Amino acid sequence: MSDIADRVKKIVVEHLGVEEDKITDNASFIDDLGADSLDTVELVMAFEEEFGIEIPDDAAENIQTFGDAVKFISEAK
Amino acid sequence: MSGKRGLIMGVANDKSIAWGIARVLGNQGAELAFSYQGEALKKRVLPLAESLGTPHLFECDVSSAESMDALFDGLRDLWGSIDFVVHAIGFSDKSELRGRYVDTSAENFRMSMDISVYSFTAVCQRAAAMMPQGGSLLTMTYYGAERVMPHYNVMGVAKAALEASVMYLAEDLGKDGIRVNAISAGPIKTLAASGIGDFRYIMKWNELNSPLRRNVTQEEVGKAALYLLSDLGTGTTGENLHVDAGYHVVGMKAVDAPDIDAVTGRKDH
Repeated sequence: MSDIADRVKKIVVEHLGVEEDKITDNASFIDDLGADSLDTVELVMAFEEEFGIEIPDDAAENIQTFGDAVKFISEAK
Repeated sequence: MSGKRGLIMGVANDKSIAWGIARVLGNQGAELAFSYQGEALKKRVLPLAESLGTPHLFECDVSSAESMDALFDGLRDLWGSIDFVVHAIGFSDKSELRGRYVDTSAENFRMSMDISVYSFTAVCQRAAAMMPQGGSLLTMTYYGAERVMPHYNVMGVAKAALEASVMYLAEDLGKDGIRVNAISAGPIKTLAASGIGDFRYIMKWNELNSPLRRNVTQEEVGKAALYLLSDLGTGTTGENLHVDAGYHVVGMKAVDAPDIDAVTGRKDH
């Protein structure tokens, strides 16, 4: 697994308090990992801080799964 | 702050300015209660409040007079009287915090003014009745009230009204020994700020152009709040204290700051 995926996973585990093995590429933050709408904003803020990138609103709206997050961050880096 | 009791309104998470203030006050011995709106915020505020050893949590929707009454009734039952309130609450439809102010809808204008401006007056009415020995009331504002800031739009208009209301409240409540002040904080990356367009750019611009050449922290706002809420600030009311690394005195880009493209990364002109 890539370094980016590991770091994203660590943030998701810490923020949502979910088991690491539940975080698959297709796992939806809201539907599968129990996030509420504020969690999704907080996750995006945490990703921005961790990776030193900017995630614009329209991009953030499309980051719904763990895989979406890794893909966006990998491309933005 | 030992022996002082007060209410903190507007903690959303550990990035909140209200939390920065609460932490400083708690560390100085103040006894705190927190209000929150809805379950989503409760689950965030609860662990923070517990970390300060404060189990006093009250749900409050500031747009409802009944809900506000219930909050202050709860505080009266808990403590009888209070010494201070921190009001760090504002709201506007996110879709109108980008683009042009002139396009603001009547509905969002009313809602923004109600939640961001009137709620502080409503808090002051109720809090003043619980301050027989005097007290200190504090709200949070932003420089977008005084000068045009990109995307701040209706919130700038609301903050201007909030700052004006601080003056009138200071006059009305001053004879009862109750002080009313505002802190105008520089941009800080909070949950609420994430709704403002180009916020990262605004932060970068402040960092490069403020006299201190940096942004401010939650804790610095907390320390300024400590002054206004404690006996350090007993001679100060009606004040709008800028905690913004001095940005409010600046008239133009600093000579040593990079040009705008270096900040935005934009090359399309």
